[in-house]
Amino acid sequence: MSEYSTQFGAIDAYERGGVSVIADSPKNYLFSNMFDVAARSQPYVRVAVAKNFEYVIEVARAEGTSGWFTCAHDEFVTCLDYSCEVHLVKLDDPDSVVDPESEGAHALAELPPGRKMGRIVLRRGHMALLPVGAAYRFEAASPATLMIQTIDGPVTAHKWAEFCQS
Amino acid sequence: MAMSEDTESANKPANPRGLPLQSGFAVEPADNRTGYRAFKAGSFGFRRDGYFAHITWPNGRHQLAVDVFLRALMRDVAWGFFYGTVNFDTVFGTTNYYGEVEMFAGATNESFIRSGTAFIERFKADELMRIFKEMIGDWTNQGYDPFAAPMETGAPWGTKNGDNDDAVGRKRVTAKRMVGLPGDTPLRSDASGYPVNRMFADVPQDEPDVYAEPGFEHEVSAYNLFAYLSRSDVTWNPSVCSVVKESLFCPTSEEFILPVEHGNDRPEWFVQLTDEIIWTTKDRDTGAFRAQVVCKAGDVCVMPADVRHQGFSDKRSMLLVWENGSPKIPELIRSGKAPNVPVTF
Repeated sequence: MSEYSTQFGAIDAYERGGVSVIADSPKNYLFSNMFDVAARSQPYVRVAVAKNFEYVIEVARAEGTSGWFTCAHDEFVTCLDYSCEVHLVKLDDPDSVVDPESEGAHALAELPPGRKMGRIVLRRGHMALLPVGAAYRFEAASPATLMIQTIDGPVTAHKWAEFCQS
Repeated sequence: MAMSEDTESANKPANPRGLPLQSGFAVEPADNRTGYRAFKAGSFGFRRDGYFAHITWPNGRHQLAVDVFLRALMRDVAWGFFYGTVNFDTVFGTTNYYGEVEMFAGATNESFIRSGTAFIERFKADELMRIFKEMIGDWTNQGYDPFAAPMETGAPWGTKNGDNDDAVGRKRVTAKRMVGLPGDTPLRSDASGYPVNRMFADVPQDEPDVYAEPGFEHEVSAYNLFAYLSRSDVTWNPSVCSVVKESLFCPTSEEFILPVEHGNDRPEWFVQLTDEIIWTTKDRDTGAFRAQVVCKAGDVCVMPADVRHQGFSDKRSMLLVWENGSPKIPELIRSGKAPNVPVTF
């Protein structure tokens, strides 16, 4: 038995750290906690927790079945605590669905024509590619926390004042 | 904390101090008493003995414990001078202008600045890197690994005793799209020489369940990032694991102290994946203390572009360092066209 115990977090079990200022403002550090964001969000609202120019890291609460999304560039999703399934469909004509120059994920009202690519069951710490030209959706039987590497786009929610230490 | 391979700008490097390039380099013969070589780069001289690295420049000198110096030098070498400023300690360091580098004594220390004794010289990056690589190779003894946590390696002290070229010559992992994809950076395993670290023995090693339809095996792909990080054999050495254009996910495993005070030239985000790191932040230019940031699993924070930061991790932890590798950012920040903090609320 190892003498060390790795501390993970989860949507229903997490502890926040924080910023103690000496000569600064805590707002400069945009400090938040991904499990806190997921715990207090509606399912599949993609909340930006980090932003660097056009790029963002989004956090979403996975629960039930999401709508379909697509994107004109790769994205990556990491499941941080519990299980979530990713379904992928290769779109027949992705450029007709979203502008190929566009950035960020787009929500689709319905699934356009395409072919099933497959599915992936993610658990804690698993990262999956959400490839360009595909549509995808998530399924989770119980709440889980997703972290998505993407670009600021039409579905990105900015709620900094709600979640960041001030 | 990781450089994109294509970060160097095709444009002429910025030179805000208007410094000329230095071209004098020398490697001295091994010292009769210590067995170590001495090095010269421009007007800077470098010498080590049993316990210390000694740095000299016209009208000045400085010394660091050699373990502190070697751990910092190792990161400066491995990271290709990194983003912005790498402070080896409160006196000595380098600032990257992507193709050219400033090496300084006291340039980020308020006392040196006030007294007018800071000393700075500028070099072509590849020429200074050549000297730094020779230095880390010569000054690292058999059994000592400057990438490793102190409890996982031997001691650096004493006279010259062999070398450890395999350790100091490690190549940084830089996935082109995502770890585990065909043709990209491979997964780590016992068989490939990456056993699970002693502090991550309890990290599950299961892989995702991937069900790819025929013809889509190359794109329906996933891997266990936490298991991958649990097998990292180095500390404070971010690897690029997934890439969205210039957005680089650079996770790493951290134990003990970040060997440098990193004064980034752009905002740098930290996502704490497991355990805890305490960050000290100081003013980038003067070293005045600004804040302490405690990050626990799931916490996210940014280091503003006008601070230097140093992390402290007792239990080995997993940290996702998130970088924007765009070469345009330093000039945007210098010219005031981009903020030090990426979001205001």
